[in-house]
Amino acid sequence: MIISVASGKGGTGKTLVATSLALSLKDTESVQLLDCDVEEPNDHVFVKPVITGSEPVHMLVPTVAEDKCTYCGKCAQVCAYKAIAVIADHVLIFPELCHSCGACSYLCPEKAITEEGREMGILELGQSDGLSFVHGILNVGEAMAPPVIRKVKEHASNDGTVIIDVPPGTSCPVVEAIKGSDFCLLVTEPTPFGLNDLVLAVETVRELDIPCGVVLNRVGVGDFKTEEYCAKENIPILLTIPLDTEIARLYSRGVPLVKGLPQWKESFLGLFDRVKELTNGRNRNTER
Amino acid sequence: MEEIVILSGKGGTGKTSIVGSLAALAKNKVLADCDVDAADLHLLLSPSIKQQTEFWSGQVARIDEEICTKCFLCQDLCRFDAIKDFRVDPVSCEGCGFCSHICPVEAITMEENMSGHWFISDTRYGPLVHARLGIAQENSGKLVAQVRQQAKKIAEEQGLDYIISDGPPGIGCPVISSLSGASLALLVTEPTLSGIHDLERVLGVCRHFGILAAVCINKHDLNEENTRKIEDYCRSQDIEVASRIPFDNAVTEALVRGVPVVEYGDGRVSHEIEKLWQNISRMLEDARKK
Repeated sequence: MIISVASGKGGTGKTLVATSLALSLKDTESVQLLDCDVEEPNDHVFVKPVITGSEPVHMLVPTVAEDKCTYCGKCAQVCAYKAIAVIADHVLIFPELCHSCGACSYLCPEKAITEEGREMGILELGQSDGLSFVHGILNVGEAMAPPVIRKVKEHASNDGTVIIDVPPGTSCPVVEAIKGSDFCLLVTEPTPFGLNDLVLAVETVRELDIPCGVVLNRVGVGDFKTEEYCAKENIPILLTIPLDTEIARLYSRGVPLVKGLPQWKESFLGLFDRVKELTNGRNRNTER
Repeated sequence: MEEIVILSGKGGTGKTSIVGSLAALAKNKVLADCDVDAADLHLLLSPSIKQQTEFWSGQVARIDEEICTKCFLCQDLCRFDAIKDFRVDPVSCEGCGFCSHICPVEAITMEENMSGHWFISDTRYGPLVHARLGIAQENSGKLVAQVRQQAKKIAEEQGLDYIISDGPPGIGCPVISSLSGASLALLVTEPTLSGIHDLERVLGVCRHFGILAAVCINKHDLNEENTRKIEDYCRSQDIEVASRIPFDNAVTEALVRGVPVVEYGDGRVSHEIEKLWQNISRMLEDARKK
């Protein structure tokens, strides 16, 4: 089963939930934690994995063999991203604009274009006391997170439980990370910002036809509108975590909640059971 | 005219609450919400929308079933796995158009994609440019560029001194789009190991694009040891720590009431944000003199 942990708004507790859920399950289940927040990956700060391998993430970008090129302009004409320009007898390539669709090299009438890998990030694989761990790290200055996220997900295990930590927001990196999940946990807080972004996140998971439930974090300050919204939309609130300086301090030191306050393990196991009930009978999506 | 963009790397460190307060403190400015996929600034500024514009960006492929001969070529060549059973999944389609160029019977056309809206609004603090990216849409970077362009236009037309932008979390496409060419990036962090890790990365992006940066440590009393680590780090990088804001439930209480925290009581948080604005103003003035 693949469970993704998303939120819309940043800083609501995705990492806290993803790491504590993974650590709670690891003694009884085969579990893998994939950190797909490749712009700002943080799970490693908490689970402190022993990194056993790494691999660069490449994106294919075109290079032109000028001796074959006739400057016909076909490549520039088919590139939807303006990543190639042909000016008189010069071909200019802008690798950071390239989406690696492959149209230019395939359609070049002279077969003058080949593709070469451009490194845009790395993947690290590791273990943390029985927990299998993978994260992707986008290079600083790179714009496109989805190719790195796709690479992380290629390492998703075919059996056991896979937990995906999703980046904040609702756009392409989020879709790339949660696509193919059996269930999506939406972590939010009971504030107007939390609710506004929860609504957007719910619309996103519904667009992808993935069932979801809410984890409500920092309960105690804020309002009750999030609970009202969840009731109205028939979205189950599967776990509530109070606003508590002890929890915040553990987080600040990089201590997972279930390590610092082991009594929380039961709650996370309960959360997992609820998710299992809610996905009962639903097969893993074939599309990853 | 100076453009200040508020970033953080890590989400939820307090960017929008601080922008809301700067909106109340700064004079002669236009506000821009560049977090187009989870925009929240409007919740603090209660804007009245004056102009709403559709944002058309990118394309999506469509296969005409009547013409399609099911030859599989498009499915085989699409690198985004966006075509299955001779249908295009619009969420996966990146709009590259490769399929439309190679279809032997020309069954595939590219259709323009409406990927969101942008708005120009009035608020009690001045004009606000904001946007809403459609659900599961791409091109957030282009929509950010559009928001900034409109904010700049307003600033020029009205002779305003500042553009204050609320940026998105992360370091990728919409962040780069929010940052390029700005006068100053204010990086809001918190004294957590995640916050520090993410600050280092977003500072790397500022450096990559040659943007002047300052740091604000929010909830500094949550972990004083980490706060010192951030201060030491900033000193080593020659980055000014422009403010240390204490943890206070007043921030959330103000948010629930839909007002900037500087207009909610006169507590320690308000005082620190006032100091923050003075420091930013001074830094911008110093930069101008250079």
